Amino acid sequence: MTTAELTPAEWAALDDVADFDEAIAAFDPVLGLEVHVELGTATKMFCSCATTFGAEPNTQVCPVCLALPGAMPVVNGTAVEYAIRIGLALNCSIAPWCRFARKNYFYPDMPKNFQTSQYDEPIAFDGYLDVPVGDEIVRVEIERAHMEEDTGKSTHIGGATGRIHGAEFSLLDYNRAGVPLVEIVSKPIVGTKASAPEVARAYVATLQDLVRSLGVSDVRMDQGSMRCDVNLSLTPAGNPVFGTRTETKNVNSLRSVERAARFEICRQASVLTAGGEIRQETRHFDELAGTTASGRVKETAEDYRYFPEPDLVPVAPSAQWVEQIRAALPELPWVRRERLQRDWGFTDLEMRDLTNARGVELVAQTVAAGAGAGDARSWWMSYLAQQANSAGVELSELAITPAQVAAVIGLVSSGSLTAALARKVVDGVLAGEGEPAEVVEKRGLAVVSDDSALQAAIDEALAAQPDVADKIRSGKVQAIGAIVGAVMKATRGQADAAKVRELTLKTIG
Amino acid sequence: MSAVPSTEQVEPTGPGGTEHPTVSREDVAHLAHLARLAVADEELDRYAEQLDVILHSVAAVAAVAADDIEPTSHAVPLINVYREDVVRPGLTPEEALAMAPAADAGRFRVPQILGEEQ
Amino acid sequence: MSLNEDLTRMSAVELAHAVQTGEASAVEVATAHLDRIAAVDGAVHAFLHVDREGALAQAAAVDAARAAGNPPASPLAGVPLALKDIVVQKGVPTTAASKILEGWIPPYDATITTKLKEAGIVILGKTNLDEFAMGSSTENSAYGPTGNPWDLTRIPGGSGGGSAAALAAFEAPLAIGTDTGGSIRQPAAVTGTVGAKPTYGGVSRYGLIALASSLDQAGPCARTVLDAALLHEAIAGHDPRDSTSIPEPVPAVVQAVRRGQGDGIKGMRIGVVTQLGGEGYQPGVLDSFRAAVAQLAALGAEIVEVSCPHFEYALAAYYLIQPSECSSNLARFDAMRYGLRVGDDGNHSAEEVMVATRGAGFGAEAKRRIMLGTYALSAGYYDAYYGSAQKVRTLIKRDFEGAFGAADVLISPTTPVTAFKIGEKVDDPMAMYLNDLATIPASLAGIPAMSVPSGLAADTSLPAGLQIMAPALGEQAMYRVAGAYEQARNAAAGFALLDRIAALPTAAVPTAAAGR
Repeated sequence: MTTAELTPAEWAALDDVADFDEAIAAFDPVLGLEVHVELGTATKMFCSCATTFGAEPNTQVCPVCLALPGAMPVVNGTAVEYAIRIGLALNCSIAPWCRFARKNYFYPDMPKNFQTSQYDEPIAFDGYLDVPVGDEIVRVEIERAHMEEDTGKSTHIGGATGRIHGAEFSLLDYNRAGVPLVEIVSKPIVGTKASAPEVARAYVATLQDLVRSLGVSDVRMDQGSMRCDVNLSLTPAGNPVFGTRTETKNVNSLRSVERAARFEICRQASVLTAGGEIRQETRHFDELAGTTASGRVKETAEDYRYFPEPDLVPVAPSAQWVEQIRAALPELPWVRRERLQRDWGFTDLEMRDLTNARGVELVAQTVAAGAGAGDARSWWMSYLAQQANSAGVELSELAITPAQVAAVIGLVSSGSLTAALARKVVDGVLAGEGEPAEVVEKRGLAVVSDDSALQAAIDEALAAQPDVADKIRSGKVQAIGAIVGAVMKATRGQADAAKVRELTLKTIG
Repeated sequence: MSAVPSTEQVEPTGPGGTEHPTVSREDVAHLAHLARLAVADEELDRYAEQLDVILHSVAAVAAVAADDIEPTSHAVPLINVYREDVVRPGLTPEEALAMAPAADAGRFRVPQILGEEQ
Repeated sequence: MSLNEDLTRMSAVELAHAVQTGEASAVEVATAHLDRIAAVDGAVHAFLHVDREGALAQAAAVDAARAAGNPPASPLAGVPLALKDIVVQKGVPTTAASKILEGWIPPYDATITTKLKEAGIVILGKTNLDEFAMGSSTENSAYGPTGNPWDLTRIPGGSGGGSAAALAAFEAPLAIGTDTGGSIRQPAAVTGTVGAKPTYGGVSRYGLIALASSLDQAGPCARTVLDAALLHEAIAGHDPRDSTSIPEPVPAVVQAVRRGQGDGIKGMRIGVVTQLGGEGYQPGVLDSFRAAVAQLAALGAEIVEVSCPHFEYALAAYYLIQPSECSSNLARFDAMRYGLRVGDDGNHSAEEVMVATRGAGFGAEAKRRIMLGTYALSAGYYDAYYGSAQKVRTLIKRDFEGAFGAADVLISPTTPVTAFKIGEKVDDPMAMYLNDLATIPASLAGIPAMSVPSGLAADTSLPAGLQIMAPALGEQAMYRVAGAYEQARNAAAGFALLDRIAALPTAAVPTAAAGR
């Protein structure tokens, strides 16, 4: 939405957004979070098409997900299992019998013009998630987690802004249409006061952490495999009746979750304080401005005409299957972190920094690949953290795997690389030059440990500086530094200084 | 399933009883909008009249549909029909786009989309 | 009678035998039927598309396999078939008789299409129907009505009027129909042919353009019960692509027909449903039915009367469930990915083009049902309409369960009336809907049901049908009774009903008629 579409009241609200502290003094925020998680199954929810992110347009489509006449859905059993895993990890009850329903509405990126979803019979319901916020734990009640399918993607071409409004035409790619989703809906979160934005962020972060640990999704907010809608309303302080809520979409990072909640608190407070009313509406978060803007106002209320999907049969997970899934659940990430901290001997501060940088699993995998915990932490938290920071990506998004980091660490410990050389090897891996060993080979970075090559350099250095050789022979061993320096220069730093020293002494005899 | 919670619909005056609400021109226009059907102005009355007759005839179902009767959706009840999570070849992009009214750069080309995603 | 004409008069069993023994090649058989289509279909209009080239290629493959010494692919190898144009066939135009799909060439085969091809059955072309199978007369086809070969001014039933007419016009010995509320059985009855709706889930729906997902079921159409049974076995069976497909072996219906014809039906209990007769039924139809009951009794069956009190609500429940599901199933026809697109001139939005295309592409009956279904599913009305209708299904299912406690199969007239005049009921939807009065209960309960010719109604001299219904997965009892009844009726009359159909006006046969 462009700002030109704002109503005068919204203009006023933007110009005069209430101060956050004043807003919280006058109102209690009520949060509700709806998080969509794209499941990491190999195939779509209802057909056998691949789900690979970033594939060429319309290369992962079939009669089912294009909604060709006559095509029929079949449920992906693994997606059901993943949904149950999420439900169990969120302490939910798992429905012994539930169905898919059709949510009917027309939109060009949804080929059937209905979304196959779950309506009043979700697979998982009535759970909770304990969310660490600062030093406290906030328990967020989960209303439901249900299965559904994603839509395709539209690209809007032409028009003044290239956004939906004013586009001359749109192009549709259905690769994403039918990718399995689990939507996790929280119950209203009350009583958080000034920490509401922080709670919203912490909830989504904790959920992301949890879902990632379950191995059911890569939960990448930047790629849309985790998406969040922030519902927010204000109620006058002390009033038990909830106010009218807005639903803010397009919130694509943890930081945005916090900012969107904060902005809505301020915006709604200023509207209410000025005697205005909050419209129940969908709003869009603007990452750049840090503000939310009203979506198009719908002429009529939604009427999705839900009914049970007649092309599918009920999902009735047996108690036995559910218990099997429960038994196979991985250790909860926070429990795992405590254990790892003990195993690794990290301080609380080290562990917290590592957790905040989302490096715990990376270090764990690096250790699993043979590196020492201290070395692994120091690589990820210093040199690699700098690289991630300057590239503006997450640690996990760097083009280097924990196994590769472990290999580099191994080369350093074996004396094949110096620390400085090791950083160059890492640069090479990040630049896509291959495995560490290949980079060493291609860039010629190995420590020169070949005795004959070193010997030649030493002989040359001694010949060039006969006075130094004499000094050493006369017992002034510290003079050897000049020879070592010359050898290092000749080998462009690729020699091991200790080795050079040893060989020089031997030469002089 | 229960009815969809909604703020706009009034309760029907009576498929549960003996009458059903009369279908008006405006109702037809609303239904046509929901169903994305262009219906000419002069056809609204005819459709209203026909839908009214049909709905009057079918409203009888509510009279026998007691609360304790389970709904039936399929003749032979099946549960848990799943597919293995194994990728199988679908359509090539050429096949997918062959029947498109318009295509561009491997994608379906459609008129400008004005509405909002849900 | 020429050789060609002989071939078109033969049953599927006889044709398969002729091909297997080399008496006639599959290409000769296909050519004879394609020539017959070219000669009479201008008057009948059973076909929307004739795939001459494809049919001859399939037939040639059957001949080549035989020449290579391979055993026949199936008992029906080399037999031609007419495919209802709601079944998807790769590379062949598939329209569902709607303007909105005009020119659509599917990139895939329906499961039954695959099965037909694998069985060596030669697909001649696609037959006419009511648009998206909505109707009981084939008058709702966007491409014009089909004539009933018994009287071309009359309807051939619907929605599968094209398939039934193709059989009665000797254009094909076999056809595929789909039955949602009677679309196989009612056309069979009014054209003097045989049509069977299997148990819901017995035949895959994958690749059938959906009308009402919880009711749709494809099935065989033929001129004899044995031919229908052979085709039934060729297309039935579990399909992992259809989640509602029943994972059970195909009932041995061919054996059941032979048993009916050999051992008879002595001692079987046959129930006459009180509610399917009487008011609203044409006297000639009722007379024909009474004669059938007498014939079954004469064969030694025990005739019992059964009451199904909730059948009274079947039509109402059907006309809620079917439009509801249809309104959702037809939402995909939106001008975005395939099919008709209207008004894309650069000045209209996707939504406007969608509305205009659906307005222009759907006929009046489709629009009526889409709006009706939209209404029935709407917030505030769901419980009263769709929800209640699903409960009525339970009541009807219970009625059937009670009746099948007293009888092995149930019978009724298939239709209340014989074929009516084209145009007679087009403006009265409710009068049209009443045609499905007797066929709808079995559809709602998902049980197998078929129609077998019961002779000509004395008052109209037009065909009437006997409907035979069996419990879910009870196809064998149904076919056994059908086989026995057909044999007895033909023997008593001294001829099969279709032997007495009048000759159709024929056009000169073009020598190399291409598909149209």
